[in-house]
Amino acid sequence: MMILEAERLSVSFGGVRAVDEVSIAVEAGQVFSIIGPNGSGKTTLFNLVSGIYTPNHGSIRFAGETVTGLEPDRLARRGLSRTFQNLQIFLRMSVLENVMVGHHRHEDTGILADLMHWPSVRRQNAATREVALAALARVGLADDAGQASGSLSYGALKRLEIARALASDPKLLLLDEPAAGCNPVETQEIDRVIRSLVRDGITVMLVEHDMRLVMNISDRVHVLARGRTLAEGTPEEVRSNAAVIEAYLGDHGAKEAVRAFG
Amino acid sequence: MPAIVIAALIAILPLLFPSAYYYRIGVLVFVFALAVVGLNLLMGFAGPVSLGPAGFLGIGAYSVAIGPVHLGMPSWLCLLGGALLSGAIAFLVGRPILKLKGHYLAVATLGLGLLLAIVLTNEARWTGGPDGMSVPRLVLFGWSVRGATTWYWIAGATFVAGFVLALNLMDSPTGRALQAIHDSEIAARVLGIDVARKKLAIFVISAIYASVAGSFLALFNGYITPDAAGFLRSIELVAMVVLGGMGSIVGSLVGAIVLVVLPQVLTVFHDYEQALLGLIVMVFMIFLRRGIVPSLAVALAGWRK
Repeated sequence: MMILEAERLSVSFGGVRAVDEVSIAVEAGQVFSIIGPNGSGKTTLFNLVSGIYTPNHGSIRFAGETVTGLEPDRLARRGLSRTFQNLQIFLRMSVLENVMVGHHRHEDTGILADLMHWPSVRRQNAATREVALAALARVGLADDAGQASGSLSYGALKRLEIARALASDPKLLLLDEPAAGCNPVETQEIDRVIRSLVRDGITVMLVEHDMRLVMNISDRVHVLARGRTLAEGTPEEVRSNAAVIEAYLGDHGAKEAVRAFG
Repeated sequence: MPAIVIAALIAILPLLFPSAYYYRIGVLVFVFALAVVGLNLLMGFAGPVSLGPAGFLGIGAYSVAIGPVHLGMPSWLCLLGGALLSGAIAFLVGRPILKLKGHYLAVATLGLGLLLAIVLTNEARWTGGPDGMSVPRLVLFGWSVRGATTWYWIAGATFVAGFVLALNLMDSPTGRALQAIHDSEIAARVLGIDVARKKLAIFVISAIYASVAGSFLALFNGYITPDAAGFLRSIELVAMVVLGGMGSIVGSLVGAIVLVVLPQVLTVFHDYEQALLGLIVMVFMIFLRRGIVPSLAVALAGWRK
């Protein structure tokens, strides 16, 4: 079953086609990676899929329903969550509170109940806390629950965003460069987390520059260059695609290509 | 816990009051603190800046003046009616203007405040115009509420109630969503938070806080002029929020105390009163830049370590 199908998506900014007629189909339960040189439209594609941008052309279907042009919060309530390349942490809140916000779409109290702190609110707070602690444990941050979020390291903040998205119990999770700026140990940790998500039936879409991580973990890899689809296939197919290597690293990059794609 | 401490302080403090004048100051502190708590929920927690909160204070104040005088309605009903009216206006106006951000939103709310103040000044047939109008006493179950001492307890209890509701709200799904919106709207949205709806809800709640405070102020003073809804009053409320500490409910009380009590203390300096007030506020902000309560909390935490 396809959980996400995007048909010929296009979006332009000031005459520049950031994403140009890109079609993707993501099979449920898989890891689907999008790679490409800087400026090739990977994050823009994520912004289209998560509803932050509205496509000029094309359509998006999520879990069998057309969702083109739907607001991000409506998409989130249908089970599509994401993290950000440049971190979007709630810095005034603790680590635990950040993740508790992730559970918002499942919280069921009215504003009057919230003001009065009725028993339903207390129960909800306790339940949300449980979910958040479990999500933190999954990314290895259980011990930091009480910390101010600003005190975490960069790599830990990356995982905090994943935990926060997890607390929303998504069907499809978009990870935008989760390993960027992470050291090898932290990258290893991200690898482990993604695998555990997939085991639980969450579909993962990944934008990532760390080729080792991408090639290790992906079921399918979609390659973009200048907003257009260059290739798609299994990691093996993409890795040996001459056009991909050339576009990705330039004509003079053959050696680097060999090194990068291993 | 902080609510119990503050309730106890409010109860004990009168033992130290040498005269009725102190009760009067106490009432003013509670009334302003109530409005400031509401404004802090909006500005300090959720983020949208409002430069027109006194507009809603004015609606509350004139509701308990116009209702009884012109329409013969009981004051307590007018207080509730004013709160409803403020909420309704905030709801209608909030929809379009809360889409704006930063300075643009600030100027739009400034416009709203000015508009409400001008209506109150110009509709002289109903409001008495710039001269204002007198406000009949609050009568509850045949008991006429009068005197600073009585009002001290009523305003104090109402403030504590508003304080508790605000703390409750912050420790709830809505409160977490509002704080999230403040730090990253985009992250809040992709987690399923309807940002526009949450902002509107807190704008309405904030207006209701201001309206109730305005009704109390009018009923207590027995007189009301359009200044209650004016620009200077709005700035005063915003200054109380910032001085006490954005996002600190206790700070709202502290901000109100400083800006109500300080001018009274400074009257001994006669002509220099206003200048000194300005200077002191500046010094506070320079040395306690996150507001009095949050800055002291940080300092205390550092000192304990």
